[in-house]
Amino acid sequence: MIGGLFIYNHKGEVLISRVYRDDIGRNAVDAFRVNVIHARQQVRSPVTNIARTSFFHVKRSNIWLAAVTKQNVNAAMVFEFLYKMCDVMTAYFGKISEENIKNNFVLIYELLDEILDFGYPQNSETGALKTFITQTGIKSQSKEEQSQITSQVTGQIGWRREGIKYRRNELFLDVLESVNLLMSPQGQVLSAHVSGRVVMKSYLSGMPECKFGMNDKIVIDKQGKGGGATGQSIAIDDCTFHQCVRLSKFDAERSISFIPPDGECELMRYRTTKDIILPFRVIPLVREVGRTKLEVKVVIKSNFKPSLLAQKIEVRIPTPLNTSGVQVICMKGKAKYKASENAIVWKIKRMAGMKESQISAEIELLPTNDKKKWARPPISMNFEVPFAPSGLKVRYLKVFEPKLNYSDHDVIKWVRYIGRSGIYETRC
Amino acid sequence: MPAVSKGDGMRGLAVFISDIRNCKSKEAEIKRINKELANIRSKFKGDKALDGYSKKKYVCKLLFIFLLGHDIDFGHMEAVNLLSSNKYTEKQIGYLFISVLVNSNSELIRLINNAIKNDLSSRNPTFMCLALHCIANVGSREMAEAFAGEIPRILVAGDTMDSVKQSAALCLLRLYKASPDLVLMGEWTSRVVHLLNDQHMGVVTAAISLITCLSSKNPDEFKTCVSLAVSRLSRIVSSASTDLQDYTYYFVPAPWLSCKLLRLLQCYPPPEDGAVKGRLVECLETILNKAQEPPKSKKVQHSNAKNAILFEAISLIIHYDSEPNLLVRACNQLGQFLQHRETNLRYLALESMCTLASSEFSHEAVKTHIETVINALKTERDVSVRQRAADLLYAMCDRSNAKQIVAEMLSYLETADYSIREEMVLKVAILAEKYAVDYSWYVDTILNLIRIAGDYVSEEVWYRVIQIVINRDDVQGYAAKTVFEALQAPACHENMVKVGGYILGEFGNLIAGDPRSSPLVQFNLLHSKFHLCSVPTRALLLSAYIKFINLFPETKATIQEVLRSDSQIRNSDVELQQRAVEYLKLSSIASTDVLATVLEEMPPFPERESSILAKLKKKKGPGAVSVELEDGKERGELNGGGDRGGDAAIAASNASTPSPSADLLGLRSAAPVSGAAPSAGSLLVDVFSEAGPAAASAGVNDDGFLSALHAPEASDSPLVEGPGDSDSAPTSAASEDPAPPLPESDELLNKFVCKNNGVLFENQLLQIGIKSEYRQNLGRMYLFYGNKTSVQFVSFSTTVSCPGELQSQLNVQTKTVEPLVEGGAQVQQVINIECLTDFVDAPLLNIKFRYGGALQNISLKLPVTINKFFQPTEMAAADFFQRWKQLSQPQQEAQKIFKASHGMDTEVLKAKLLGLGTALLENVDPNPENYVCAGVIQTKAQQVGCLLRLEPNAQAQPGEQMYRLTLRSSKDTVSQRVCDLLAEQF
Repeated sequence: MIGGLFIYNHKGEVLISRVYRDDIGRNAVDAFRVNVIHARQQVRSPVTNIARTSFFHVKRSNIWLAAVTKQNVNAAMVFEFLYKMCDVMTAYFGKISEENIKNNFVLIYELLDEILDFGYPQNSETGALKTFITQTGIKSQSKEEQSQITSQVTGQIGWRREGIKYRRNELFLDVLESVNLLMSPQGQVLSAHVSGRVVMKSYLSGMPECKFGMNDKIVIDKQGKGGGATGQSIAIDDCTFHQCVRLSKFDAERSISFIPPDGECELMRYRTTKDIILPFRVIPLVREVGRTKLEVKVVIKSNFKPSLLAQKIEVRIPTPLNTSGVQVICMKGKAKYKASENAIVWKIKRMAGMKESQISAEIELLPTNDKKKWARPPISMNFEVPFAPSGLKVRYLKVFEPKLNYSDHDVIKWVRYIGRSGIYETRC
Repeated sequence: MPAVSKGDGMRGLAVFISDIRNCKSKEAEIKRINKELANIRSKFKGDKALDGYSKKKYVCKLLFIFLLGHDIDFGHMEAVNLLSSNKYTEKQIGYLFISVLVNSNSELIRLINNAIKNDLSSRNPTFMCLALHCIANVGSREMAEAFAGEIPRILVAGDTMDSVKQSAALCLLRLYKASPDLVLMGEWTSRVVHLLNDQHMGVVTAAISLITCLSSKNPDEFKTCVSLAVSRLSRIVSSASTDLQDYTYYFVPAPWLSCKLLRLLQCYPPPEDGAVKGRLVECLETILNKAQEPPKSKKVQHSNAKNAILFEAISLIIHYDSEPNLLVRACNQLGQFLQHRETNLRYLALESMCTLASSEFSHEAVKTHIETVINALKTERDVSVRQRAADLLYAMCDRSNAKQIVAEMLSYLETADYSIREEMVLKVAILAEKYAVDYSWYVDTILNLIRIAGDYVSEEVWYRVIQIVINRDDVQGYAAKTVFEALQAPACHENMVKVGGYILGEFGNLIAGDPRSSPLVQFNLLHSKFHLCSVPTRALLLSAYIKFINLFPETKATIQEVLRSDSQIRNSDVELQQRAVEYLKLSSIASTDVLATVLEEMPPFPERESSILAKLKKKKGPGAVSVELEDGKERGELNGGGDRGGDAAIAASNASTPSPSADLLGLRSAAPVSGAAPSAGSLLVDVFSEAGPAAASAGVNDDGFLSALHAPEASDSPLVEGPGDSDSAPTSAASEDPAPPLPESDELLNKFVCKNNGVLFENQLLQIGIKSEYRQNLGRMYLFYGNKTSVQFVSFSTTVSCPGELQSQLNVQTKTVEPLVEGGAQVQQVINIECLTDFVDAPLLNIKFRYGGALQNISLKLPVTINKFFQPTEMAAADFFQRWKQLSQPQQEAQKIFKASHGMDTEVLKAKLLGLGTALLENVDPNPENYVCAGVIQTKAQQVGCLLRLEPNAQAQPGEQMYRLTLRSSKDTVSQRVCDLLAEQF
């Protein structure tokens, strides 16, 4: 269980320090600063063990969050908690920055008291927390309200309070995916996977019972025997759900039914590795001309319906460490050599499907004494496309509210697909 | 040197550095650096030639980036260009970059060396200094190779500026330390000595560091420096504080130089010339006098400088150890410091006194301070000072004050710091043993020791007390009584239980008459501790119980009951279970006679050197040496080696008593005593299964084979290097790799340590004979390959290879042999060997040939050992002992105590020692049975003087005969190697 939680700024100064257990001393604060934040070599492992004490850290912009324990805890649990903690803080005061943390330190201690008890994570659902931890000063609550909060927070459905009313029952569903790829120079896929999230924003009255359906292969196949559904289906490798989803029902019937929390929540996370639609293909061509010159040509091809538009395309071509000058010519967008990052960055605002574009660069090199050859790091790419590269489709989301008199048809539903690049690299 | 003018400040650099300082995160810093690097690359790449200023600026930036921990792989060329600039600042930055960043890149090194050469030959002293600093900072082998010849020339040239001379001396010192083999002595050495007379004090200071370092390697070449140093010292000492102007530091004239001069003098024995000696003594007296004068300044720097000289002078006095007057004065001076306010002074005084205590002249004087030292031990705040106080108490202890000191140390132990407890315990144990007049006192002391500091009492200490009790009849009863009383304490340490178990098991009968310590009471007392002890102690107690059965038949039933109980006979520990079962059976089956025979009292232990001493030496390293010297003197009295009393003084000088000295109990063979002490002989076979030193004695047969050998002249060696040799490539490629050396090749090697000719190897096919001769560092070896069959060998080839680092230590040249060896014929091969530096391994000889189609592949070790390059040195007894003393650093000595594997025939021994190559010195050692040899090992790089002392112990039983071999040489690796080699020979 977590023994303590520290928040540092980029200099290693402690902003927040909350110790939950006696086995964590004051020197633990310094140990992390000395061995991780100020380490000579950059520490890449998120888990560091110093003198039998484990430090789990995440970094948000310039802020370090470190959870400390002397026990053999479940590391995944600790990180899940840290991420949740970040979400909660973001929900309360926006961006996590040194300034914001300093301005809200009372709030943060209050939150820490609530979401961790003797090192055990507690309810960290923002919606529920916001009912009793507020930033707007002390609002005296009546006894009734207090007891209502208590029964709600400790009740079976802790993430949603009763008596919510909307004039318009509305529902937004976002399918957010990030596609990861590693491709050989010849165009062979070395590894590819999509990790996706279904985010739901609901403005529904009462305690609605929802049912979510998608083109999951297992479900489709099962139905296929009976009904004979059409369209392709996808194989989901693994998925996790928000706590509101009834897992017993999912295990038994593979149907996703739940009472959603009010406002935004991440309904599910999933991962697929089969039949991924790769939105872009990168074709690199690198030629070394003598010892002092390098010619690079990169072609990108978009590989989706011509009617769709990809956005925020950015291709990053690494340059050797002894680059002394670069000339770039590109057909579309803007390209620039960024010395501070040792890369040529090529940006295109928009690009339709089934198109092709190309950049060519001449890199001048400074001869060095080092016999080490340039390692040729892969070319990476960023983009955003308006479809799900995994092929996931939302088939339905039904809402039932037996107590209030609105039916599924009265709810306005919106669905949006966004595919982004994760680590999308092509070797050259 | 020209100051950096204001206009030279590099703004770009300042901006860059402040940018980096302002970076919020590591990533931002890396980005900034990448940007700057790209900028510098584009500048360096640009076709436009850069002016000196920008070049300097960019090189500076690169240097800064490198010092931040980033890799720099360009800019070297620009830095080298800067070297040829005429501006001081540009040149300086260039040199700075090079000394920080240059690696042994061949093409650049050539350019750099060129630039350095230019600067060295320029007349500009600042440029010369820069170049010298660069050489010293880099200090690589390449630099040494290029400039080792040049720098001495600059150093001794008449027209060199003083500042350059200073730099040159220090630069040469650096090169000498880095690669001593490249800095060759020459005619400049004598002129370097004369730098001591230089007008400029700075030059003298720099030169003296160089001379001190050089003379420690070749004392003879720099002998003349002694008188010069003395006169210089006397001039400084006698000068008034205002005479030396710049070199007066807080009213002390040239303190650094004085210290260095005194340190240089410590490399040499006292000057023989009376006048010089007189002058030196006068100087030392003046220094001691000055210490008495009231301080000229209250500043701490003044007293520091003064005391630095004083302590250096005192260590010189101690080093000479010949002026009783000075020694006593030094001791008195140190005595004053013992109560000084300054902790550091007290520390130094205690430390110096430790060495003074070992001198016979000042031992008494040191003893007068005993109260102060004891007080220091008790009240000193700093643990390191207390430690020194304990050391000094140990050093000043003798028979007269042993009781007091031991008592003080014991009482201090209770409160002593944990870090020094173990050492204190060892010291108390040693002192108690060494100066014990009365053994009951000794037993009391040690038992007290165990009681007070049980955890820190090592095994050796209680082994030793048991050993002494067993060997001394008069103390046994007292010991039994004392341990019995000690065991009655409600909580006693496990070591105490061990001692108690052992002693009561052996001598419990001596106190059984008293009803208060009747057998049953004794047994119950021991058994009450049983369940608290660890397994080895329990095992020991079980053995004590079976001894009880023998001593007191009336306890038999009780003890058998205990042995029979499940917790013993079914113990999960195999050792305990086995003992319980076996002892139970033994006690029930064997008759009392048998029992009495089996469980007889332990026989006395052979007298041996105390293993505690060995342990202390190991713990402390050099510090214990002086004490050990004393030990030789004293042990004679204690262990009854009275016949050696007369020689004690001489023996003390080298700490070797002729008594058979193998480690008591500390060695492996001692294990049984700890584990199964009074064990039942054959019942516990495994306990006594001690690996005998079965050194297979390979007989040396010279005759028989060499009849076929003839001593060839070097000129007419029948070697034809025809073309046929070279293209007789062996046909089989599969087994081309040399076979691993034969397992017996090490033995073969040992066979040839003391002789040069003989049969190296023989099997059914091949016989290899060897004849070798060595002169100085060169050797020639004739190998005779005899074909014992009637069939010819084809594709006969031999290769000699030097594995690993041997390559750089030994230069071996061979001539190829005929590829055909007729049946019954013999071919000869000459091998020339040059010893570059001392070595350990032997070169490998690989022989390949085809016999009847089958490839034979034999690898042997060539019998080339370091001792082959010995040159005998004759010297008188006094000389020998003086040199012996000079080589007193512990790493210079190698010692081995080993069992004789051959008989101790005087003539054979002498022949072997002569065969080793050393001179056998007669009438040197006071004991005529000891052998003393001296020789110099000649290698190309250096000469290593080597002294040897072999002490046989002939009185012992045959088969138990032991030798002690001690080697001292100026090089530790040589001592060790020769010692190892020689130990196999006897």
